[in-house]
Amino acid sequence: MPFFRVGDASAPFRIGGRVIKRLLSGVVGAGVLGGLGFLYYAYYPAIAPITPPSASSFSAEQIERGRIVAAEGYCAECHTRTDNGGGPELAGDYKMETPFGAIYSSNITPDPEVGIGRWSEEALRRAMRYGVSREGEHLIPAFPYDHFTKMTDQDISDLYAYLMTRPAVHMTQRPNELPFPLSLRIGQAAWKLMFFTPGVYKPDPSHDDLWNRGAYLAEGNAHCGACHTPRNLMGAEKKGSVYDGAVVDNWIAPPLNEHNPTPTTWTEDELYQYLRNGVAPLHGPAGGPMSPVAHRFLATVPEQDVHAIAHYFADVDKASERQKHDKAALELAMEQSKKDLIGPNVDPDAKLYQGACAACHYNAAPSPVLGRPDLALNNALWLDEPTNLYQVMLHGLTAEEGQSGVAMPSFYNALSDADMARIAAYLRRTRTTLPAWTDLEKKAADVRKTVKPIPVNSSH
Amino acid sequence: MIKFKLNGRDVTVDVPDDTPLLWALRDELDQTGTKFGCGVGQCGACTVHVGGRATRSCITPVSSIAGAEVVTIEGLDPAGNHPVQEAWREIQVPQCGYCQSGQIMQAVSLLKDYPNPTDEEIDGVMGGSLCRCMTYIRIRKAIKKAAAAMRQETASHG
Repeated sequence: MPFFRVGDASAPFRIGGRVIKRLLSGVVGAGVLGGLGFLYYAYYPAIAPITPPSASSFSAEQIERGRIVAAEGYCAECHTRTDNGGGPELAGDYKMETPFGAIYSSNITPDPEVGIGRWSEEALRRAMRYGVSREGEHLIPAFPYDHFTKMTDQDISDLYAYLMTRPAVHMTQRPNELPFPLSLRIGQAAWKLMFFTPGVYKPDPSHDDLWNRGAYLAEGNAHCGACHTPRNLMGAEKKGSVYDGAVVDNWIAPPLNEHNPTPTTWTEDELYQYLRNGVAPLHGPAGGPMSPVAHRFLATVPEQDVHAIAHYFADVDKASERQKHDKAALELAMEQSKKDLIGPNVDPDAKLYQGACAACHYNAAPSPVLGRPDLALNNALWLDEPTNLYQVMLHGLTAEEGQSGVAMPSFYNALSDADMARIAAYLRRTRTTLPAWTDLEKKAADVRKTVKPIPVNSSH
Repeated sequence: MIKFKLNGRDVTVDVPDDTPLLWALRDELDQTGTKFGCGVGQCGACTVHVGGRATRSCITPVSSIAGAEVVTIEGLDPAGNHPVQEAWREIQVPQCGYCQSGQIMQAVSLLKDYPNPTDEEIDGVMGGSLCRCMTYIRIRKAIKKAAAAMRQETASHG
């Protein structure tokens, strides 16, 4: 008997049609369910507004603890306007350039209309933990709730006490410049679904209390990864590249793990000096966006917390395994520090360096003098791009930045792009063992474009 | 208004933020011992101390040293008798003299870091301080003489 009757050629199609229909209804059903599920996931109700709490409802101790929490999270750094002549602390309108467009931070002073004056503690906790405003709107992850979610109830409660006792400032921020559809807040929920795992930090029992305190701060409130971990195309930190370093605000935030390229290791002590005082003897000063992290914030918190962060990162960068090479690296750097500067000198790039830089950056064995940062040891020469070297050449460092009380001049008007390129090439070839940087002059011009011109009327 | 400490006293200058420290010193605060050389941080004539470190004042915006301690050649020693200044006179280092305040400020900072400097260290640090009269041999000699005097001073006080 034939399997199919002649003329019944549609049989397989009928069967196939049924399958497709079933599949389709399955897909639609799953889609509807998924959509409903997503809406359920995305929906947060507004939390009822409150009458702003009086300052007397918080104890002085709690406000002080909150001050420390706020300092360890650098709230004021991104919630205070810096362009247009600056703005009142915590009143928002800080312009943050993102690959998607500029966004402006919110006012987190207790102003009842435009600040967070009508937020209950629960509303703040939800914002920190889940990235949702009191009104139930999804927050943009430039607010790093993916880190703040790790904070304890106690810390958030203390932070609330601190924020609610700051002077209320009635100031609104400029509207965000995100293009459609990124401007739709519902899209932020999709981002969360893909990249966000809420949850308070869980101590790792295989490490001691100091390590866990450091990890709690670094991974949570201090949100180090927000700058030092590269982001994917959707702006989420890449899970497989934690602390590999990233570009932020036209600077390179260097790797904080074992991929950090400096010749001597970031040991616990070097990290502590850097984070607490803004300068590490064997690595140099903190510049750019990192300088305030040390001076404005970590210099004002309990010493032990800074020790904890340093302790944690000395483990992240595997200092104990790598530091056996430090002695040799330091000796080599001290030799390199004077390359082509001493004796008959025929390299014109070295001459340029000698005139502009060596008076402050020359070092002799056995170790660099504090205040005489040795470039052979500095991150800036060992990173893949000359960005940070150029940034420092163009900006200089103020007496407030890096090592307190000393300054580096701005070479913005003193060195042309070609001169900067020559110095960069010279340093890279004489102070490091890495391949030469490319397109140096063009990159100098590119970095110069990001720097506010410093019209020093120095020659006339 | 920018405030800082100049030669031990508090001063305030009312100038635009980007004014070079050198201009503030010479034009606003009448400290004319510090000289204008190249204007691009390449000759060392304008060297002063900021926080004890030799700093080219011609390309340092005055706003960037707000709150810091600045010392100029006038403030090195009340009577002009810093050991480096004494050695400078004894050896008759200057010829035209234009670069010498910068040279002296740079040398003082060198001796802080390297109290017993080798020729190499002197060249390394002083290489950015130019002298058009080519008095380099005498500069080096004076630095060594000052270093010896300062070591003796430390020893006799110790």
